[in-house]
Amino acid sequence: MSIVTVQLGQCGNQIGFEVFDALLSDSHSSQGLCSMRENEAYQASCKERFFSEEENGVPIARAVLVDMEPKVINQTLSKAAQSGQWKYGQHACFCQKQGSGNNWAYGYSVHGPRHEESIMNIIRKEVEKCDSFSGFFIIMSMAGGTGSGLGAFVTQNLEDQYSNSLKMNQIIWPYGTGEVIVQNYNSILTLSHLYRSSDALLLHENDAIHKICAKLMNIKQISFSDINQVLAHQLGSVFQPTYSAESSFHYRRNPLGDLMEHLVPHPEFKMLSVRNIPHMSENSLAYSTFTWAGLLKHLRQMLISNAKMEEGIDRHVRPPLSGLPPLSKMSLNKDLHFNTSIANLVILRGKDVQSADVGKKFRAYIHQYTKFGIEEEDFLDSFTSLEQVVASYCNL
Amino acid sequence: MTQSVVVQVGQCGNQIGCCFWDLALREHAAVNQKGIYDEAISSFFRNVDTRVVGDGGSISKGKICSLKARAVLIDMEEGVVNEILQGPLRDVFDTKQLITDISGSGNNWAVGHKVFGSLYQDQILEKFRKSAEHCDCLQCFFIIHSMGGGTGSGLGTFLLKVLEDEFPEVYRFVTSIYPSGEDDVITSPYNSILAMKELNEHADCVLPIDNQSLFDIISKIDLMVNSGKLGTTVKPKSLVTSSSGALKKRHKKPFDAMNNIVANLLLNLTSSARFEGSLNMDLNEISMNLVPFPQLHYLVSSLTPLYTLTDVNIPPRRLDQMFSDAFSKDHQLLRADPKHSLYLACALMVRGNVQISDLRRNIERLKPSLQFVSWNQEGWKTSLCSVPPVGHSHSLLALANNTCVKPTFMELKERFMRLYKKKAHLHHYLQVEGMEESCFTEAVSSLSALIQEYDQLDATKNMPVQDLPRLSIAM
Repeated sequence: MSIVTVQLGQCGNQIGFEVFDALLSDSHSSQGLCSMRENEAYQASCKERFFSEEENGVPIARAVLVDMEPKVINQTLSKAAQSGQWKYGQHACFCQKQGSGNNWAYGYSVHGPRHEESIMNIIRKEVEKCDSFSGFFIIMSMAGGTGSGLGAFVTQNLEDQYSNSLKMNQIIWPYGTGEVIVQNYNSILTLSHLYRSSDALLLHENDAIHKICAKLMNIKQISFSDINQVLAHQLGSVFQPTYSAESSFHYRRNPLGDLMEHLVPHPEFKMLSVRNIPHMSENSLAYSTFTWAGLLKHLRQMLISNAKMEEGIDRHVRPPLSGLPPLSKMSLNKDLHFNTSIANLVILRGKDVQSADVGKKFRAYIHQYTKFGIEEEDFLDSFTSLEQVVASYCNL
Repeated sequence: MTQSVVVQVGQCGNQIGCCFWDLALREHAAVNQKGIYDEAISSFFRNVDTRVVGDGGSISKGKICSLKARAVLIDMEEGVVNEILQGPLRDVFDTKQLITDISGSGNNWAVGHKVFGSLYQDQILEKFRKSAEHCDCLQCFFIIHSMGGGTGSGLGTFLLKVLEDEFPEVYRFVTSIYPSGEDDVITSPYNSILAMKELNEHADCVLPIDNQSLFDIISKIDLMVNSGKLGTTVKPKSLVTSSSGALKKRHKKPFDAMNNIVANLLLNLTSSARFEGSLNMDLNEISMNLVPFPQLHYLVSSLTPLYTLTDVNIPPRRLDQMFSDAFSKDHQLLRADPKHSLYLACALMVRGNVQISDLRRNIERLKPSLQFVSWNQEGWKTSLCSVPPVGHSHSLLALANNTCVKPTFMELKERFMRLYKKKAHLHHYLQVEGMEESCFTEAVSSLSALIQEYDQLDATKNMPVQDLPRLSIAM
């Protein structure tokens, strides 16, 4: 079953490119540990999920690229075409001339309604191309204007038009300091709207991934493409075809459905996070040895003690409960959990709410939002819905 | 991709504008090797086939035929504009983009604003409409002028109202050169204060600069380059201050180098909007992030590094030095000390081979020494553009919304009051039709209100951050 990816804004498009790249190169990797038949079955399944076939054999990603200014989309399209391995569909992108200016209100109230029809048209064409459609994977950031504002709008529209299919939103939590000044406002508004219209929210924090790059992968000068590659690596392991219960030649057909089934039992608890090990640069892979048992144990401990990466795990914390780890084919392991390790995220969100609250008290920057129709009541609504979510997680 | 139009008013504005266009051409020439008219160039230039008679058919794609600047040049005396039109840049400007007169404004804001404003209003509007028509998606007007004179300050600020009425959606970024302490124009305080009122009300964003700071920066560069302290690692000519080309014969005058700094400022400001990068920042984001309240839109800027190093592999210590310098008071383009005042917001626009980890490291390093307002403790906006400026491998532009502009305004007000109490030179202004004493009093009260806002923010400086109670809800 196929997944259609919607990439929104600069962040979404940059990450989306890395994800598709990783998926395709993973499926073509030469580190064969299994038989040829297995390999072919795996490749076919992976391809069907994310790419559609073209006449001359170059797979086309099942993706829709949306951005309000042309630079990033142009760059993404050309990078994909340059690789020669795959590319984006020619008509699968939508862009305008002037960006959203980091303004959630602009993305949601102005760009959204104005371009609703065109964007939904492109999405519909992409969906029609799929033989069996599984759901949407929406990549966006929370700090900017397009990704966050337009992303919330598009997700809402998808909920209205495709209420039967599942939507998973991949959202990027910005760095604590130094990205966008109004990121707190944008994040609050995005989260509250997404909670209502999305089925699952997969969260990634720039801070955490930055640390992974620095400590585990030993990259000296970390660039955004390094960060995006780590992200793609994690997402790849979420979405790679997994074995089904029957035999090793049949892959699970409904990736999103499976994930949702196991991880989002109650619509109140939608937030997911990914723990992925091992993370290391390709060079050190040759010098390392690890076994399944060791990895699993590591992972379990990471989850319990709330660590985001392998180093610095507190070994003394005892587990309350644990979830299901679906095994993936590659020599990697992943775990998606929604258990109390989300408490970490709740605290983060709490901090976010608080700083946005303080800003609001002094009415800073509010005039930029009211210009486009987001009034103070909207902020209040967002605050209340998020506080409710925080409270329900705390009750767990 | 969006376009911007540059409006240069008065002698100062036009001289700076000329440097700007020269640098812009050089920058695009360095980046655009194939001579194809692409979207980056289109933000400031039109591609015109000069063989076509009339307006010059605009070509939107393909090879570059002839580039015309998206500019409107306004001056009430002909000397400066004529010189530009006879210089090396004459082909870049269109005679249809000029508005000139003969007599000048006589350093009198009232003449510039009221007399010439009403006289040329229709012409001005027509030129703006024309330049807007040539744009696919006009985003911003950059107005360059001085505050102390007559045309730049009077007519320049008259334009703002016109632009606001005619193009309410387009941003108005104003680069204003404030008069220094030892200014040679006696009535400059009057002109500046009267102009400030207009800036308060009609500009989206103002970048105040003063000549004394620019001069100090130039002297420092000369000292460093000529002292030989840095040995052979420093290139002999600083590219921030020199431009080979436009005004070669006037290389002796210090104004050239000073104007180049301002031109660099404007180029760096728009670089992330024109060129690609891993974290883009458009012009509307500048206004969105750095202006928390509509009246407080004065941004102090600083550019680093000031001289180029020949060593291509910059070790991280030099990179960190670049960041530290951006916050020192010697590198600000206004007489101000941001480190000892309160920050409302700060933007760092980096160009060249700098990655996000360098940026984060430096922010973490510098944060403890800077004071941010209580409700915006993490008030940083960053952008990374991959294309460095010509001749440099990386550069940084820091824009700060900081209460350190207050002393400049207070000093200006003091100088104004000294003259106004004695009613000195007032008759020159009052004899202009439409000027009354109330204009002066209104202007002063507008400035006082602004100063008071900054005072109120300063008062919160050392108060501890209050933790607001969380919204409590019924479960």
